[in-house]
Amino acid sequence: MTQITYDARGLAEPFAEIPKISEIDGQTARFDAKDLTTRLINLELRWLLYEQGVTEVEIANPGSKHSLGVGILTRCRIRFDGSLGYFGCGLIDGPEIHITGRVGWSACENMMSGVVVVDGNAGSLTGAALRGGDVVVKGRVGARSGIDQKGGTILILGSAGSMTGFMMQRGRIIIAGDVGPGLGDSMYDGTIYVAGTVKSLGIDCVPGEWTDADAELIERKFRLYGLGSPPEFQKFVCGKVLYNYDNLEPSERKLVL
Amino acid sequence: MCGIAGIIYRDGSQHPIGDEMTRMLQSMKHRGPDSTGYALYGAPENGNLVMRYKLADANTPRDFDFEERLRKHRAIVESRLRSLGARIDEVEEETKYAFRVSFDYDGDLKHLADFVEDIPDAEVLSLGRTLEIVKDLGDAETVHEQYGLAEFTGTHAIGHVRMATESEVDIAGAHPYWAYPYSDVAVVHNGQLTNYFMWRRRLERAGRRFMSECDSEIIAVYLAVEMTNGASLEEAMRKSLDELDGVFTYIAVTKDELGVAKDELAAKPLVLYESDDLVALASEEIAIRAIVDHEIDTYDPYEREVLVWKR
Repeated sequence: MTQITYDARGLAEPFAEIPKISEIDGQTARFDAKDLTTRLINLELRWLLYEQGVTEVEIANPGSKHSLGVGILTRCRIRFDGSLGYFGCGLIDGPEIHITGRVGWSACENMMSGVVVVDGNAGSLTGAALRGGDVVVKGRVGARSGIDQKGGTILILGSAGSMTGFMMQRGRIIIAGDVGPGLGDSMYDGTIYVAGTVKSLGIDCVPGEWTDADAELIERKFRLYGLGSPPEFQKFVCGKVLYNYDNLEPSERKLVL
Repeated sequence: MCGIAGIIYRDGSQHPIGDEMTRMLQSMKHRGPDSTGYALYGAPENGNLVMRYKLADANTPRDFDFEERLRKHRAIVESRLRSLGARIDEVEEETKYAFRVSFDYDGDLKHLADFVEDIPDAEVLSLGRTLEIVKDLGDAETVHEQYGLAEFTGTHAIGHVRMATESEVDIAGAHPYWAYPYSDVAVVHNGQLTNYFMWRRRLERAGRRFMSECDSEIIAVYLAVEMTNGASLEEAMRKSLDELDGVFTYIAVTKDELGVAKDELAAKPLVLYESDDLVALASEEIAIRAIVDHEIDTYDPYEREVLVWKR
């Protein structure tokens, strides 16, 4: 029996051991997370991907536990049969992840690359500080999704809450439903597409000029994820009144200067 | 950060809500390890009122005459109830300092509560025909065991795990708050109210009492005032969105309703699950999954949403 030890708040398990309970078949594996803690689930997942040469993992009964599937830095496919809690799939670089349930706050935070598809709803702060890759939510998302987004694409089939794209710096947010007040508030750059109604625009968020590239992008994303024909969208960008920075990466700026 | 939770069975049937709320709150222990509280709605006891009250705090210094003082004050509470015409049915000692008394009384509740709280260190935690508020220091399993909540059945409940930020770690600062002196109404809250002192002064001038320095108590008393003036729970909650300032999500309950309100920034989380027979809501979905054993679909209410369910 694995000995689990906790810190003063009853959260950490610094001496947890890898459960090694998966059914492994070549490069695919499956395990049931029902009776495992967050730490044990993540240990099992990393053991499969980094030590057993597995590239496809199915995890049953994640039970909305927090911080699952974080920090995975390799190309692989992961499927969660159920819902995740907070901070799911954050800090990842490369995986293609499918979540059949919903996710809590801050899913895909600081994600670098890869794809995360959520069949249900997502909480607030979805894709916070997203740097690259695609986050596809087939349901609704809460407030401040795409906050501080630095790249990548967030595609939402349902509606989004207030302050969506708050302080967004780059990347794209595509919302097929309605969106709450303060859309794109204080955004520096990037593009937001909305098919439904916008309750109100945030400071320095203005309608943008539609181009063929916009239509091509949206059509491609919908086709890629099997979402049917896209509806008509409005485009919103930064008015560049509040802030006005260039689009150069720090390394590019060094070259220019 | 704090965690809040609520459940209501729509058909009004009795369920082990003491156990269920404990499972919900324990799964959110990481949101608040300081104290845990419950507002539980059980079956009415022959039309009696049930009053939960305490005569000391969990961390009150145990000086030489502590127990003697409790015995004396408890006797004064019971004699004062009788002097107001209450016919006491049963008195239970839940802990050395917390009591549950069931009695028949048809007089003014505010007068009764004020008369009891006039006794040094006495605080009425709840007063109603179905509402019972239980709160103490520690996590949900600790409070559950301490107060014997495994036996508690009822129709709806709310609960709170507290990470103290604005006031002391004590029972007075623990949620839920009873909507003094409105019977059978209670509130749990996650967030901060920035116009607390303005509302506190305003409500105190109107004769309302506050037992803590906790900003959340304002919500309970505010709703009580509005409902005393004839507003429904939903109307009072909608009005609160304009009059209370800050970031907050709160759950309020009456004897047959459970409602949730989110401020205009929706910065405090709440996840909601609705089925034909049950509505469950909590700061985190993991709490809902603690009582629902099948796959479920949930969503987060948006900003400025007020939702109320009846049983």
